Amino acid sequence: MTTEIQRIVFSESIKLADLIDVNFKLLNVLSRFGVSLGFGENTVSEMCARQGINLNSFLLICNVYTYDDYVPSAELMSEADPVTIVDYLHNSHAFYLEKEFMSLEKNLKAMVEPCDDMQKKVVAKFFADYKAQVENHFEYEESVVFPYVRGLKEGGRQESYSIEQFEENHSNIDETLSDLKSIVMKYLPETCDTVLRNEVLYRIYRLEEDLAKHTIIEDSVLIPMVNRLEA
Amino acid sequence: MMKAGHKKVLLIIPSMIVARGIEAVLGELGEFRVEGILSDLSHSSEARLRNMDADVIIIDPVVFDYVSRMNGRSRIAEHTDAAVVALKTIPMDDEQLKQYDGFISMYDQAVTVVKKLRDSLSSRTEVADSDEYDLSAREKEILVCVAKGMLNKEIADHFSISIHTVITHRKNITRKTGIKTVAGLTVYALLNNLIDSGSIEL
Ligand SMILES: [Fe+2]
Ligand SMILES: [Fe+2]
Repeated sequence: MTTEIQRIVFSESIKLADLIDVNFKLLNVLSRFGVSLGFGENTVSEMCARQGINLNSFLLICNVYTYDDYVPSAELMSEADPVTIVDYLHNSHAFYLEKEFMSLEKNLKAMVEPCDDMQKKVVAKFFADYKAQVENHFEYEESVVFPYVRGLKEGGRQESYSIEQFEENHSNIDETLSDLKSIVMKYLPETCDTVLRNEVLYRIYRLEEDLAKHTIIEDSVLIPMVNRLEA
Repeated sequence: MMKAGHKKVLLIIPSMIVARGIEAVLGELGEFRVEGILSDLSHSSEARLRNMDADVIIIDPVVFDYVSRMNGRSRIAEHTDAAVVALKTIPMDDEQLKQYDGFISMYDQAVTVVKKLRDSLSSRTEVADSDEYDLSAREKEILVCVAKGMLNKEIADHFSISIHTVITHRKNITRKTGIKTVAGLTVYALLNNLIDSGSIEL
């Protein structure tokens, strides 16, 4: 952008409770950093110091997660720690696979209960394929990208890989989920219970948003940070 | 699509000052009227984009990040048939500008802006086949082929049409159903009894 507009963003002195009040979806972020509730009047910097979390990385993620047009300053980008970002992304993967997808699958099952066998099968297969696609996507990041970043931070530059390869091959996983949304909303028979259907839709919308932020953190935070380390 | 009276303009501009400025300038001249302002292209903005049925969209390409800026135009095209004019707030090379139906500069005279908007509309006269949202018979046939896993080339040969025509049909199918993936289209075809489950692997 030609003019850099300095927006109000989270800073280290904000209380955790206020942080959540501004954006309750950061509850997800907190749990992925291993921060439990019951933090009283603690500020972000107090909490980070106590839990040994890199403060700048935490702020960076909260800001990206909350403000759509947030562009982190070069200063913050160089002070944040790529390994903390990787830890966060790794914990997010676990959360999606172990929690979110399980719940969504359960909700889907309950929703299609009144449908005929073919319809049940179709929805189950679509979801299973989606899950496999996402697992595949995560697997590459877990087995190639994250170890590479950790190694790089410890000082070892592997010549065989560079983050550019990740940048070029980072695949899209949002279209299938968006299709699932259309199918649930528009094309399943009316016999499906509306309340159960709504539950599924709320879940998909939340997951969709969460995954979109996840991708932004990979593309606009992790990749530039690692670029800098490689240079 | 082009009704008598003013034409609808949608602004996708993050700067409220600039957006309001354009709104005021166009308002004085009539002909074009700003009917909506979006500050970004988030998911909810996309839904509004589809709903507004704008004739012209003026977009500040900074709403796209650097990587997606090259394909910004086609992202808009997924949602609307409107002509899309770029507002040059940042230096853009010809490659980037070429995708748009025109561009305006921050320093253009008001009349120049109106002229450029008119030109952008006439460059897009072939638009808007119909506001029909149900799939046509041909689209259904093609959807069935897609669901069965046929490639564009195979579909083109099967119906003796060009690949380009197949792609146009597929774009329309996606626009009408909101479904983008082959897996999703297969589910659509099954749920709407366009194919029976015996003809694909479940
Ligand atoms: Fe990831
Ligand atoms: Fe990813």
